[in-house]
Amino acid sequence: MPAVENRIIYSHIDVEGWNASIEKYVSDGGYETLSQSVKRPREELCAEVEKSKLKGRGGAGFPTGMKWKFLDRKSGKPIYLVCNADESEPGTCKDRLIIYQDPHKLIEGIMCACYAINAAQAFIYIRGEYANGYRILQKAIAEARARGFVGENICGSGYSCDIAVSRGAGCYVCGEETGLISSLAGGRAYPRIKPPYFPAVMGLYDCPTAVNNVETLCWIPEIFRRGGEAVSKIGCPSDPGTHVWGVSGLVQKPGRYEIETGACTLGELLYDLCGGPLPGRRFKAVIPGGSSMKILRWDEKFQIKNPDGTVFERRVEDIPLDSASFMQCGTAIGSCGVIAMDNTIDMVEALANLNQFYAHESCGQCTPCREGTLWMSRITRRICEGWGRMEDIDLLKSVADNICGRTICALGEGAAWPAQSNVSKFRDEYCEKIRRQQAVGGQARLDNNAYRLI
Amino acid sequence: METQQVKINVNGADYLVKAGQSVLEACRSVGVEIPFFCYHPNLKVAGSCRMCLVTIGLPARDRATGEMLKKSDGSPEIAFMPKPAIACGTNVAENMHIITDSDAVKSCRESVLEFLLLNHPLDCPICDKAGECKLQEYANRYGAGESRYIESKNVKPKKVEVAGKIILDSERCIECSRCIRFCNEFIGKSVFGFTKRGSKTEIAVYGDDNDSNYLLNVVDGCPVGALTEKAFRFKMRTWFLKTAKSICAESSAGVNTRVWSRGDRIYRITPRRNDAVNDVFMSDSGRYMHERFRPENRLKIPRIDSSPCDLSYAVDRAVEISKLGGLAIVANGWQTLEEQFMIAALARECSAKVHMASHVAEDDGKLVSADRTPNMRGAFVTGLISEYPEPALDALAREIRAGGVKTVLCFREDLKALGLDSKDFKSANVIYCGALENRTSESAKICIPLRSEFEKDGLWINRQFRVQKFERAVNPPADSVDEIELLSALMRKIANESFKTPTVREVRELMASRIAVLKDCADVGDSGVLIDSSEFAGVKFPEEAALHFEPSK
Repeated sequence: MPAVENRIIYSHIDVEGWNASIEKYVSDGGYETLSQSVKRPREELCAEVEKSKLKGRGGAGFPTGMKWKFLDRKSGKPIYLVCNADESEPGTCKDRLIIYQDPHKLIEGIMCACYAINAAQAFIYIRGEYANGYRILQKAIAEARARGFVGENICGSGYSCDIAVSRGAGCYVCGEETGLISSLAGGRAYPRIKPPYFPAVMGLYDCPTAVNNVETLCWIPEIFRRGGEAVSKIGCPSDPGTHVWGVSGLVQKPGRYEIETGACTLGELLYDLCGGPLPGRRFKAVIPGGSSMKILRWDEKFQIKNPDGTVFERRVEDIPLDSASFMQCGTAIGSCGVIAMDNTIDMVEALANLNQFYAHESCGQCTPCREGTLWMSRITRRICEGWGRMEDIDLLKSVADNICGRTICALGEGAAWPAQSNVSKFRDEYCEKIRRQQAVGGQARLDNNAYRLI
Repeated sequence: METQQVKINVNGADYLVKAGQSVLEACRSVGVEIPFFCYHPNLKVAGSCRMCLVTIGLPARDRATGEMLKKSDGSPEIAFMPKPAIACGTNVAENMHIITDSDAVKSCRESVLEFLLLNHPLDCPICDKAGECKLQEYANRYGAGESRYIESKNVKPKKVEVAGKIILDSERCIECSRCIRFCNEFIGKSVFGFTKRGSKTEIAVYGDDNDSNYLLNVVDGCPVGALTEKAFRFKMRTWFLKTAKSICAESSAGVNTRVWSRGDRIYRITPRRNDAVNDVFMSDSGRYMHERFRPENRLKIPRIDSSPCDLSYAVDRAVEISKLGGLAIVANGWQTLEEQFMIAALARECSAKVHMASHVAEDDGKLVSADRTPNMRGAFVTGLISEYPEPALDALAREIRAGGVKTVLCFREDLKALGLDSKDFKSANVIYCGALENRTSESAKICIPLRSEFEKDGLWINRQFRVQKFERAVNPPADSVDEIELLSALMRKIANESFKTPTVREVRELMASRIAVLKDCADVGDSGVLIDSSEFAGVKFPEEAALHFEPSK
């Protein structure tokens, strides 16, 4: 089966003649769903989302319907909806295109979601570096407000809700939902402890808050229009819908590809859609879902259990593109940002790069991540500079283990998983690099070429 | 309201604990210690140090039916959480199982300590916190003992002066955020904050106008040596100091303190925990109360008509003058309850009138109350006065001028500042008994050196009508006399020849038997005893509402 795209969320992206104006969007049937939905009862709409079994597209894959169900509706406090557009995970670049090219799709999604959960105010927390995106969204919201899709009395329903756009201050941890909430409320982007700060109960300004990813919110009008039942039948049943795969790294045609879940395999994505590795090279490793997910070695094989108990062997290129299949292989799809690495990549340097990122982006609130990420970064940098020791390999693993699962937010795991998986799957490369460094010895270590693997 | 209890299981043993508290407090209440850095009982939970990680489990429920799962022996099946949870931020629940001694928990503590020590300068030998540093204690008890870190350490600002009284050393800081939370929550002003990110995070100070009378509490709160008190810096190693439980004499708040001394010198005063009075805080001004009693301010030797004399001779002369009749006694709110009780007895025996003056200043609504004497309520309880006194001794001055008073036995107070002039000092004999020199001691007929509140044991009654005891912290100077001894001598000579000098303890027992509201106060514990104050409900006390205190209407 050749890999084909099924563009639902990306229906307007890179289409010739398309622009971000509201005229274009309305002429393509835009805001129809919103004006229809505001006539329907809220419980029915929330039930549709639950029926669709849609999983959040931000990285954690939490069911959206369940997230909304947890909202504390009895507290009497206003409910807020926050759109998480702080796309900062290395390798992930899917939301950016929606904001830049099709902002009204996001706005319609936000307003549909706001109506369904009866939100008092919506916020878009956009990554600080998306300066143009901020301006595009501001303009689009003004357009939508002028036509009565945002603001007072939406589509004549009597329901009013406005959208405020807030720019992030350039911090990775702002993408973590409670960190985002702290930042949006004006504080440092420190993730909060749960309990008691579950966003659905004590979120923004201590009010119930739903935090959803851009892509997730774009699914909401689709669900309202097609019905939850119909959406749940797209793709594979455990993870319905499509995923926008952002492929970067050393492939011939990097880019974003929207594919129905389970419709093709990782190999088909990388070879058929992305054109395979650069000429004369071969794949060595791939990170499936943004830099925080565990790396896959291209020659790895997994023993997968069928539901009937039989076991079969699966190669990396045969992993179907859905969350459950990646889970079976010990990693996760995260935010679907695939980073492909070929045989010219030194895995130690690749990890050093990632470690430096996490050390730089750790918010510094809780001890293991604050100190551990910088330590890991210093170890990998030292190995890259020629002063590795054999015990550093186990030390790296041990430091990562000590971070994993002991932090306030999930980014502790995000920082530990790459190191854990990289060290255990490419141990041979680490050993070889360090062995050569020690063989060279002395001042010659300073010449990187003396012990380069590639 | 009945306090609800829940059953928890800690390391395999069942306990009944108070509901609604954190796992950390619950474990502490049953004697299981969980180490922590950022948790503070009186501040909001931060949950950032990760030192208190424990394994927590709750009874498992069947997903479909919601029923409790049972083991084969009928006990509930416990589902332990896969990740460790913070004990400070998790509340106890019925049938919660807590594990604090497993290898997993030990490895958590060991790794957190290793992380904290990576960029720590390890300069304990020159750090003032050494000896009372949480990081040092825990590294000793829970740490691995050696470092695997060979990289270079972070460099951060050192010796940053904060508000002229604190020195900040960012390299020692473990980013627990206690100082930030204390200033925001207790002082109500942001003084400290974090800047930078990740391992480079450091504590920064906002602006210049950040002084407050409670700022030094961050030094006590700091679990490491990042914030040290400038006045105490490099003065003394803490392990050379001995401590005494004391009460702050600054005001009627009755802040519980600890006085640290070596030899006969007091080095510092820190707050002592009493959740009903001051939590664990105290004012900065209260920390320097001992400086009042510096040698140069002390009344060192007894004097008669300005010439030095023997202590026993001065006491004898004082007794003789007092015996002449027309005696007035000036008591004060710094005297212990025992002393006030003795004065009341003496006043009865020789029908002397007792005068007192109030010392009222601004109430800060926290731990410095309007009444700047620690024991004004003691004077009511012992019956010295029945109405709140005026700020000056006008009544005494009138009586002297009318000729009714021949001798004034004055304790501590400066009569010249309270409305008496030099003519009054001529028309009446003034016997001044006090620890400090003042304008009254300069012109008094007889001066007898007494002991300061740091040199004696006693009871004080604070604004809540809580009887609290304080202990002697340092030895009294050689030529001073104990006030109870002096009063006993007067009793003996004036009224009852067989009167024996009682010990403090005997006075307390006597008070408990004589004064109804003090019946439980013969033996006051560390947290004090709240007494019935309905008798004094009509008195107009000057204190305003404050921490743990509501004035009676």
